[in-house]
Amino acid sequence: MREKILEAQRFMNAACKKLGRRINVMEVCGTHTVAIFRSGIKSVLPERVKLLSGPGCPVCVTDQGYIDAVLQLADRDDCMIATYGDMIRVPGKGGSLETRQSKAAVKVVLSSEDALQLARDNPDKKIIFVAVGFETTTPATAVAVKEAAGQGIDNFYILSGHKLVVPAMRALLSAKNNNIDAFLCPGHVSVITGYGVFREIVEDFNRPCVVAGFEAVQIIEGLAEICSQLAAGKLELKSMYPAVVTEQGNTAAQEIVAECFEPADGYWRGLGKIEKSTLRLKEKYGKFDALRQFSITETPVKEATGCRCGEVLCGLIDPPQCGLFATSCTPDDPVGACMVSTEGACAAWFKYARKEKRER
Amino acid sequence: MSPRKHDRILLAHGGGGRLSDELIRHHILPKLKNDALAELADSAKLNLSSNQICLTTDSYVVKPLFFNGGDIGKLAVCGTVNDLAVAGARPVALTLSLIIEEGLEFELLERILASVARTAKESSVEIVTGDTKTVEAGAADKIFINTAGIGVRLPGVNLGYKKIVAGDKIIVSGTLADHGLAIISQRKGIEFESQLQSDCAPLAGLTCELLEKTTGIKFMRDPTRGGLAATLNEIARGAELSIEINETEIPVNPTAQAAADILGFDVLAIANEGKVVVVASAESADDCLNICRKHPLGARARIIGHVVTSRDVPTVELITRIGGRRIVQMPYGRELPRIC
Ligand code: SF4
Repeated sequence: MREKILEAQRFMNAACKKLGRRINVMEVCGTHTVAIFRSGIKSVLPERVKLLSGPGCPVCVTDQGYIDAVLQLADRDDCMIATYGDMIRVPGKGGSLETRQSKAAVKVVLSSEDALQLARDNPDKKIIFVAVGFETTTPATAVAVKEAAGQGIDNFYILSGHKLVVPAMRALLSAKNNNIDAFLCPGHVSVITGYGVFREIVEDFNRPCVVAGFEAVQIIEGLAEICSQLAAGKLELKSMYPAVVTEQGNTAAQEIVAECFEPADGYWRGLGKIEKSTLRLKEKYGKFDALRQFSITETPVKEATGCRCGEVLCGLIDPPQCGLFATSCTPDDPVGACMVSTEGACAAWFKYARKEKRER
Repeated sequence: MSPRKHDRILLAHGGGGRLSDELIRHHILPKLKNDALAELADSAKLNLSSNQICLTTDSYVVKPLFFNGGDIGKLAVCGTVNDLAVAGARPVALTLSLIIEEGLEFELLERILASVARTAKESSVEIVTGDTKTVEAGAADKIFINTAGIGVRLPGVNLGYKKIVAGDKIIVSGTLADHGLAIISQRKGIEFESQLQSDCAPLAGLTCELLEKTTGIKFMRDPTRGGLAATLNEIARGAELSIEINETEIPVNPTAQAAADILGFDVLAIANEGKVVVVASAESADDCLNICRKHPLGARARIIGHVVTSRDVPTVELITRIGGRRIVQMPYGRELPRIC
């Protein structure tokens, strides 16, 4: 392991020297963010290689408008909310699912399958599954919807907050002030989508995209590959995770997603509206769609005053540059979504990199 | 009078009347028998050999009551014994207070009391006085236990943060996170639970031996709630010095590591109930390590790091497997499930 790291460091140093400038690499996956902080990867990189934590944590990128829609449904006593744990803590209008009094029962589930089971067990309630996540979790939601359709379960609804990684990467690169030189792409998303989905980023924007696994050494090797590409001026799509990831990915999973969902324009925290970046249920599964069935709308909302999640998610600032970081915003009492999820950049920074200031 | 007319605890068992008396005389006393307790006086009288007395108390509310490697009774004795042990004391006597929810099966109570008795014997302490209260169903979760403990400080021993200097070594007596993970995974019904064993054990034997056979020990602490991370941060703050530890030296059972990864916990922040962290001078660290390793509770002891001067604020830093550095923070509320 030592050898591999030393070699990667040599590649990165050579690249930095040749380019004579900073290299900004963005990771777009919460699992990468946590692994990077946990292993202290930043401390073994050359000073000029800078890692930016992009919009990779599903909880963090969820717009407040979506949270408010969940809270509206939570106000109905004929509903029951089924959600992943972290989502109950994200603040929306007048509090979070955890802090405000809801008329609907709020149940934490570990999977879409658990949510569907709640629907079977509570026939007198309308179960709303708070379906968030990227390409890795969407297939499971699609399976649950198909199962509900097949078994005639008619008290199961999903509020789709599912998102696609590539449109967000495009949006980031289309912003004038972006400073991203390359992307470190997530292995597990690629297992589903195939690493081929990132080709358009390389071709349309001339940025290297390197797919890496989640071990510290795999991440460092991925970064070395990126630096070498930049130094050589040969910008490519490359998977460093060949054993698991193919160019095409898991076509069966893709098919089931395509059968249930279609891309739609949608809002992201910090990034605003992005074309065809979210997934909504197709017309034929419309009876499971909470938005359609309960005629609620997602209205985009400005972030809480002072919260700079948007800039954090775009890689424009590091969390400590936010004035609320570690003062009024902590994991126990978060102001913004990036502090709620353990995969959020602010939470990871708080836990693994926060230096305390000397009290005066 | 038959010692057991009921299968379950009734409210009246705590009422101070006939049923209370029966509970104490027939169920509690026979298990814990000793002279001080047998008198059933309002207070126990103790003859202590020294005026260097340590006193501590702790309450135990663990769920489930019985877990792999222990139960609430064993925990209630170990926890208090260990608090005395790491203060440099030899534990002498404990008190035992039970708060029992109406409806608790007698059979469970008896198993818990048997475990209290066994662990007290193992730790060479006596339960000298106690109390029993019953509360209505719903007002407690089956049984809560409080123990207080009194111990005599070993002659010449004086531990404290202020003795710690840069260069001192940090020793842990064995694998980390076993207790917390055994409890959490059992609670969540995770499949590898059967391989995870709590490390719950009374440490006084080991700590007394360490203090009697070496001279360089500066400080000891049992890393319970908040785990090693909390303990090291407290030491760093108390000593106003920083600490550096090596990830590769930290002993963790592979199953515990796997469980922590799946559950999303950091092994450094998870509770232990049978481990001690020792800060010892560089010269005495190897002796301490050898004593630990010969003791059944310290076979997997390691020197995991050392104390350094702080550049700014006292900090605990981890040198990771890949040679990177990161801060080990004082764990915050969310990371601390109820496990003791
Ligand atoms: S520290 Fe808190 S308030 Fe600041 S950007 Fe992060 S989540 Fe938002």
